[in-house]
Amino acid sequence: MADIVKENLTDREYKYGFETVIETDCFPMGLSEDVVNKIADKRNDPQFVRDFRLKAYRYWLTLKEPTWADVRHPKIDFQGIRYYSAPKSKPDGASGPASLADIDPELIETFNKLGIPLGEQKRLTGVAIDVVFDSVSVGTSHQEELAAAGVIFCSLTEAIHKHPEIVEKYLGTVVPYKDNYYAALNSAVFTDGSFVYIPKGVRCPLDLSTYFRINAKETGQFERTLIVAEAGSYVSYLEGCTAPMRDENQLHAAVVELITHDSAEIKYSTVQNWYAGDKEGRGGIYNFVTKRGLCQGANSKISWTQVESGSSITWKYPSVILKGDNSSGEFYSVALTNNRMQADTGTKMVHIGKNTSSRIISKGISCDQSRNTYRGQVKIFPSAENARNFSQCDSMLVGDQCTANTHPYIEVKNKSAIVEHEATTSKISGDQIFYMKSRGVDEEGAVSLLLHGFCKDVFKTLPLEFSIEAVKLLEMKLEGSVG
Amino acid sequence: MLEIKNLHASVDGKEILSGLSLKVNAGEVHAIMGPNGSGKSTLSKVLAGHPDYAVTSGQVEFEVNLRMKNVFDMAPEERARNGIFLAFQYPVEIPGVPNSAFLKASYNAICKHQGAKEASEESFQKILIEKCKLLNMDEKFIDREVNVAFSGGEKKRNEILQMAVIQPRLAFLDETDSGLDVDSLRIVGEGVNKLRKKDNAVVLVTHYQRILNYIVPDFVHVLYKGRIIKTGGKELALEIEANGYDQILKNFQN
Repeated sequence: MADIVKENLTDREYKYGFETVIETDCFPMGLSEDVVNKIADKRNDPQFVRDFRLKAYRYWLTLKEPTWADVRHPKIDFQGIRYYSAPKSKPDGASGPASLADIDPELIETFNKLGIPLGEQKRLTGVAIDVVFDSVSVGTSHQEELAAAGVIFCSLTEAIHKHPEIVEKYLGTVVPYKDNYYAALNSAVFTDGSFVYIPKGVRCPLDLSTYFRINAKETGQFERTLIVAEAGSYVSYLEGCTAPMRDENQLHAAVVELITHDSAEIKYSTVQNWYAGDKEGRGGIYNFVTKRGLCQGANSKISWTQVESGSSITWKYPSVILKGDNSSGEFYSVALTNNRMQADTGTKMVHIGKNTSSRIISKGISCDQSRNTYRGQVKIFPSAENARNFSQCDSMLVGDQCTANTHPYIEVKNKSAIVEHEATTSKISGDQIFYMKSRGVDEEGAVSLLLHGFCKDVFKTLPLEFSIEAVKLLEMKLEGSVG
Repeated sequence: MLEIKNLHASVDGKEILSGLSLKVNAGEVHAIMGPNGSGKSTLSKVLAGHPDYAVTSGQVEFEVNLRMKNVFDMAPEERARNGIFLAFQYPVEIPGVPNSAFLKASYNAICKHQGAKEASEESFQKILIEKCKLLNMDEKFIDREVNVAFSGGEKKRNEILQMAVIQPRLAFLDETDSGLDVDSLRIVGEGVNKLRKKDNAVVLVTHYQRILNYIVPDFVHVLYKGRIIKTGGKELALEIEANGYDQILKNFQN
């Protein structure tokens, strides 16, 4: 197939790679207890948040960076990062613009370029959007419509001030600050993120969406998202991410916590397209994220769907703790790596309650010289009578220089459990592409057929608004590598 | 409709075709025979545009809209859209992709090229079922992944199903009969016959005379060292079957 593999993907531009020139209010580089306090000051944090930060920071100091993931990178200089950056367009840096009208026009232009219109007249129908730019949320749409249903959807900062009782009750309960190195760091310095509260029995009338954008140089993004679904409620939440192209690596260490009470359901979808670095692996985002959901109530359900196509390194395991009886957890993932990207991603399904079930569908596509690892854990507690798990982990290799690994960990402590694991590895070859071409299908069509064939079980779980964009993104990346 | 003139082609720097010439008119059936390594499969691959094969000289023209056009100016997918079809000697497996999706993409790409309306999901399903019936094939073929876990015979029959859907003007069948049992051979042979029309042509590349009992050729060519060294009628195939290539090669070398 030598000749068939021709142009490389990075010749096509990362179309979100531009930088916005905007006045920012940012901290000097470095991290100390003083910086943590300054972040709390800047944001006017209530005491419980400040205490949470300080405890986390002191704990973080005692930790060492984890090394078990199958990724390689130079040591991160945590003193070489800025821990706060906000667009300077409003008088009070803390709580975000009072309305969309207060947003800097430069910022509106940025999001227009990204295809995320903030202006009232251009809003997407049926989707409410919160937008996080560097460290702060810059605006949330459809507020009235959501308020009428009793749904709270705002920046975490706003929630801390307006609904401190809910935040205090849940913050750090699913991902405690002691959970891991990056979760501890995030707990100390988190700036913004989204907050969602769905009251009892409410089916959220709109899909909720947050768009994350890293803009400032040498700045880390440490957002934190908290979603609480009360008994019998339902919400579908979408998340998208991009960043400018830069030669240096930037750190993104987010924490996401989901809680479902009795019979509630949260569907969480991510399309991650952070800048992935250039062909030689220079620059790109280190995406070290802790995402976890807790099925607290009986019959509740949490479903993660992720399309991971960016970041130079991804370290991410969206997990579900199945505590409530009959609760269920799902993880659907497509992770595409090319050039020198590295992804170590998967999930953890922890079965505690009776009759709990989980389903894992993971599709890894590795191209060029990238490394793509699935790492997953299924844990059945002694209390989890009749637990059921099904895992399917498929890898697709493009070319002969990439690496794909699968590390399933299974721990069963109850004899009634049924745990199934299936795995396959396949290869895209130039001969397959030629075969399809000889039937009149062009390269674009051939790649699309292959991609849909490989990922159909994941694509069908994506919300419609997202799937077209996400699939296009993957097709473009894959086409460059298959050639 | 096809004219090959003095074609030279090589793979990995080694010349395989050395001055091959061949003319095929609409409505004709040609059989190309020849000992192993004579260049039969290379000819198929070069016509379809496989990137591993380099054409060093010569020309190949194919009639498109009543005009002879240089085949080498067309990308592999354009050749297919203009009516050239290659049934592969070793059909490629495409895991995850159902036959129906593959065939639909192919059919619609060709319709689009010819300015015809693309088929909807339902109407295409009807076309597929109709073609399966025509070729005496199980409808289950439609939903299976392209060539994955197919037996040798099923793969070859799947090629003919593709041919039936695409309806090419020039079908180049590269050892489609190899590895087929008697029943499969009959199904494939009868299938190809049903697809014959006065405005399309078939070129069979084969080692064996037996498929020619079903698809009767107008011309039989003997390919040797990258050139056609002898052309005759259907009786030439019978002669080769009976006596082998020895006498023909001897006459050629003298």
